[in-house]
Amino acid sequence: MAVIIGIAFGFALERAGLGSAPKLAGQFYGTDFTVFKVMFSAIVTAMLGAFWLSRLGVIELAQVAVPGTWLVPQLAGGLLFGIGFVVAGLCPGTSCVAAATGRGDGLAVMLGLFTGMLIAGLTLPDNLDLTARGTITLPEFFHVPYGVVVAIVVAIALAGFKWTEARA
Amino acid sequence: MKRYADPYVAGFCLGLVVLASFVFLDRGVGVSGSFRSAAAIAAAFGTSQSGGHATALLYVMAGAFFSALIARRLKLTIERGPNITNRTRLIAAFAGGTVMAMGAYLARGCTSGLALSGGALLGVGSWIFMLAAFAAAYAFAPLVRKTWQ
Repeated sequence: MAVIIGIAFGFALERAGLGSAPKLAGQFYGTDFTVFKVMFSAIVTAMLGAFWLSRLGVIELAQVAVPGTWLVPQLAGGLLFGIGFVVAGLCPGTSCVAAATGRGDGLAVMLGLFTGMLIAGLTLPDNLDLTARGTITLPEFFHVPYGVVVAIVVAIALAGFKWTEARA
Repeated sequence: MKRYADPYVAGFCLGLVVLASFVFLDRGVGVSGSFRSAAAIAAAFGTSQSGGHATALLYVMAGAFFSALIARRLKLTIERGPNITNRTRLIAAFAGGTVMAMGAYLARGCTSGLALSGGALLGVGSWIFMLAAFAAAYAFAPLVRKTWQ
């Protein structure tokens, strides 16, 4: 199953055009909003799917591994990641897509990622457990019902889509 | 060469893939963990980060290759902005990848596993990472404008 999901993931990213670095970089210069549109359509789809499948009793939402929260490492890591992203024009997943479809720059990003992981793995502790908060979700954090947060994320995404379409 | 899919349709399909991962694997789809595993194997350092099997990179690449093949989008090229050389582009790509990996190492995830999958599961750390990454990319973008425009 992991094989099928990996293949489907790469397939969907390529379909969206996310194997093309200038297209991704366009997000940060206001010339191409594909990254935002694809990403938030995907988040809303997966979020609503998980929410309703859990409501209907098809899946146990508590069984699905939510990434843990480490405030400082994720804030600092996010900032570093964002800088690397706009310099490289590709993220880890899309670098695989770019490389697999013949883009030499995609391969260079993959090599950079491998090198960065080597450097980090050899110099940093395995897991920085600073400011660990466990697997906390937004509904738990803000003490609001799960469905309310789901609705807010949908509303933000729709407002974002409307805004980008108005600028296109 | 066929045109790319509508971003909303492609995003919906991508979301279904992530949802399938939730349902069948009880976790999201992560990519940076696979790079971490690959580096851990190569340098023989341990990693307790869950998820990422190094081989997952090959599956993602296979899917992308197949998609581009049937859309006739396979092309040996270096994609870059119009005002830089291929060499500059490759150096920037490598350097950007290195910095990104360190960020993903600290945050324990990247755009796919942390932002996309964890974001859909409403994880607090996921949303912090996503907002920080977008904010930093926008803030840093003017400094590398020359490489893209």
